[in-house]
Amino acid sequence: MAYPYRHEKETRVLSEGFGDPGARTVAGWKNYGGYQGIARALEIGREATIEEVKRSGLRGRGGAGFPTGLKWSFMPKDTRRPHYLLCNADESEPGTFKDREIIRWTPHQLIEGCLVGSYAIGASHCYIYLRGEFFESTRVMARALEEAYEEGLVGKDIMGSGVDIDITLHVGAGAYICGEETGLMNSLEGRRGEPRIKPPFPAAVGAFGMPTTINNVETLAAIPHIARHGGEWYRQWGTDKSPGTKLFCVSGHVNRPGNYEFPLGFPLMELIEDVCGGMRDGNALKAVIPGGSSVPIMSADDCRDCTLCYEGVEAAGSMLGCASVIVMDETADIVKQVRRMAYFYSHESCGQCTPCREGTTWATQILRRIEDGRGTEDDLDTLIEISEQMTGTTICVLSDSLAMPIISSIEKFRDDYLALIRRGERMGAA
Amino acid sequence: MPDNGRKADTVTLTIDGREVTVPKGTSLLDAAGGLGIDVPHYCYHPGLSAPAQCRICLVEVEGAPKLQPSCVTMAQDGQVVHTESPAATRMRKGVLEFYLVNHPLDCPICDMSGECKLQDYVFEEGREKGRGREPKRVFGRDDFGGDVLFYGDRCVMCTRCVRFMEEVARDPRLTVVERGSRAVIDTFFERGLEGASYAGNIVDICPVGALVSKDFLHKARAWDLDHTPSVCPGCSQGCNIELHTRDNLVQRLKPRENPEVNGHWMCDYGRANYEWMNRPDRLKEPAVGRGSDRRAADWQEVLQLLFGRLQEAGGAGVRLVGSPFASNEALAGLAALGGEAGSVEAGVFRSPRAPDEDPLPGFPTLVRRRDLAPNVDGAGILGFERTGGDDGSGGLEEVAGHEGVIVVLGDRLRDQGEDFGANASLFVYLGTVDSAAARNADFVLPIATFAEEEGSFVNVQGRLQRFWQGMHAPGYARPAWLVLGALAGALRGEGTPASAEEAFQRMVQEHAAFSGLDWDAVGAAGTRLEAAHA
Repeated sequence: MAYPYRHEKETRVLSEGFGDPGARTVAGWKNYGGYQGIARALEIGREATIEEVKRSGLRGRGGAGFPTGLKWSFMPKDTRRPHYLLCNADESEPGTFKDREIIRWTPHQLIEGCLVGSYAIGASHCYIYLRGEFFESTRVMARALEEAYEEGLVGKDIMGSGVDIDITLHVGAGAYICGEETGLMNSLEGRRGEPRIKPPFPAAVGAFGMPTTINNVETLAAIPHIARHGGEWYRQWGTDKSPGTKLFCVSGHVNRPGNYEFPLGFPLMELIEDVCGGMRDGNALKAVIPGGSSVPIMSADDCRDCTLCYEGVEAAGSMLGCASVIVMDETADIVKQVRRMAYFYSHESCGQCTPCREGTTWATQILRRIEDGRGTEDDLDTLIEISEQMTGTTICVLSDSLAMPIISSIEKFRDDYLALIRRGERMGAA
Repeated sequence: MPDNGRKADTVTLTIDGREVTVPKGTSLLDAAGGLGIDVPHYCYHPGLSAPAQCRICLVEVEGAPKLQPSCVTMAQDGQVVHTESPAATRMRKGVLEFYLVNHPLDCPICDMSGECKLQDYVFEEGREKGRGREPKRVFGRDDFGGDVLFYGDRCVMCTRCVRFMEEVARDPRLTVVERGSRAVIDTFFERGLEGASYAGNIVDICPVGALVSKDFLHKARAWDLDHTPSVCPGCSQGCNIELHTRDNLVQRLKPRENPEVNGHWMCDYGRANYEWMNRPDRLKEPAVGRGSDRRAADWQEVLQLLFGRLQEAGGAGVRLVGSPFASNEALAGLAALGGEAGSVEAGVFRSPRAPDEDPLPGFPTLVRRRDLAPNVDGAGILGFERTGGDDGSGGLEEVAGHEGVIVVLGDRLRDQGEDFGANASLFVYLGTVDSAAARNADFVLPIATFAEEEGSFVNVQGRLQRFWQGMHAPGYARPAWLVLGALAGALRGEGTPASAEEAFQRMVQEHAAFSGLDWDAVGAAGTRLEAAHA
């Protein structure tokens, strides 16, 4: 069974079962070593499980890259109040399609990760907050959960251990901002999906006002493997600061876009040229957005020596984010791409904070005007200033996420903007 | 308290180079406020939760990686805060520009102009010229029901109104619909704010002209209004208010903060209940004589004649009818006059009573009380007894036929017939408006309303609260404390009180409940009567 595209250089840990419909059942997942991770966790106990995850150096795969074991250890030890584990499956970052694949092909991988996570942090209830548009994933996940309950893997006294862990599948209504961890909590509670002010942090006051840990799907999917084989085992891949393997969602102007799993630190150009079969039509590479739409755009020059790990992409002037690599060739219209992103962010802004509510929309309007040939050079200064005003001034980082592509695109592709402005001036449109 | 205990309860920090010590848990915004530094803010309101979303109150805290929202950042020991640093002022300028991108700038026709926080802040530190070239967003106008009109284009999305209805009124009737720059405040369904009894407060707390009062719409410009501290006469709660007047007319009532009585709020019943202060058909000059013999006279003649009649009336039996709308000073003057004229019976008053109370759930101290008059408790303390029914009528049968002296203060005798006081040897009517039942009055004396004089009321909490003169009484109408004080003073040989304060001091001497009170010390916030005895 050939998953759309595969490559012999891949290291498949999380994606081993991709393309195998058999992996969707409990029995099928057990063929891949499934449910041994939770068994071992139950055996070694909560603290030791957290220690294993700490030892693995696993960093959150949702984009921020925060060490997972450390996050778990923030949870209060006293479990008299309910603790919650939330699985953030609201994958909405433009260019990202890894969580969906994990759920579609290996739902039990995620269920097992949720079990280990819940057990480690002392939660007896886990919510999987699934993106509203993921119809197939919802169906697959619901069926898998049902089977896991029937098999006694989830629910009361899991696997005869005396531990109770319930998992509830909650389907969102399709809002990008509900993928922000505290926006997700509000949405889960039935409120408007608006991010909350931190502090208090979720480990103190989270979902339903209780101590809560929230992890990305890919993070939790790595957990069963770490629980089963130990933290040291996981460190065989990746770099010192970015251990383990990671799914890379490659989209854009390459010949073979798709999900590929590599150890962190894999060279970006090798991913594009070799794994993905090079650029479409043999065109030249123009730009790469390495971590989903919310990170600075890289020029072809920036990509040359870039390695795909947290510190590697940072050194190249961008961020690994959730490793959604959007590749653009020389035909790409950068202004249009940035305008489309701006429109996306303005549409998805929750509207609480003034800089984001007004700034994202205003930036979109200016970008559209430039795109239409009615821009001026002053507009570029205004755009940069708006972007700076949207950085670090709001409750969450949605507006920062737009500011980064705007600023970086004007810095690196100023000529593209100027060409549109000049053409407009020639035509007398400005 | 031991020294170390004190340390745990307070923190000392530096704001804009000045050291300040505040209780633990004080926000940077409040701490700055204590130093007289006004950190601009929209979403924060001291009576509501702080969502920290307007982002204009961000300040620089040394050591913090980004600017911090001062409304939710708690003061810490040793913190060094800058509200005017380049980063903070630059950010505010930016946020203000964001607000203006879609603001209609229709200040010339906006009711809020002159008291608008967007206007103020932009004037203080906004950009000189806007850079917006794009078409502005248009939401238009919406009738929210009740007295509230919504101008969506002016809204700054601070959500104070939504939070007031949710947290204070506990009657969530407003919400934010849509998101991003399409987000707008709206009501649930068609009912809107209709029937909500505290919704008028959202107009007060709206920092811009998005929520305006239909009643006040286009009536006056904010800068033309005079503000006078007063007490709401709507019920015995005695909410602290301001009278906003122009051209000697009350244009609107606004709540005045008093944490002991009404917080920042007042009810819609009290707010709407001011037109009577502007009545044109007022008694304007004193008159003597019954029925067709009545003639206008000046105060000097009237008081001399009345003084003579009162001296003769000694022993004839006096009936006093007071009013819960009259000030303590007026009622004390009436009681003193009655005493001098030989009254043994207690005076009476009548007060309209609502069938129920209407509390404000989020600020339970504030209740629209059953007694729909401001000084029921003061009248009681001064020896007047309630009579009549809940509609404020009846109970005067014995008085109506009384053969001695009748003095009516402020009761309009609406339910009484023309034969009221027909048998009286002397019938004095002190009122703001004429009454058919005053036909037999020997003296009709025009008095001022509470809005036209100084004085005090005692509210349902037993709290003495002062009010100030906000407008001129029409014609020759005079404060009742002055008229009654002059008469009682003359009978006692101690002269006329020169001011409300003097009338108050005479009352303090005569009535133990008020003993120890000092007019100036009562101030604008009022004081509990028990406290004076403690």
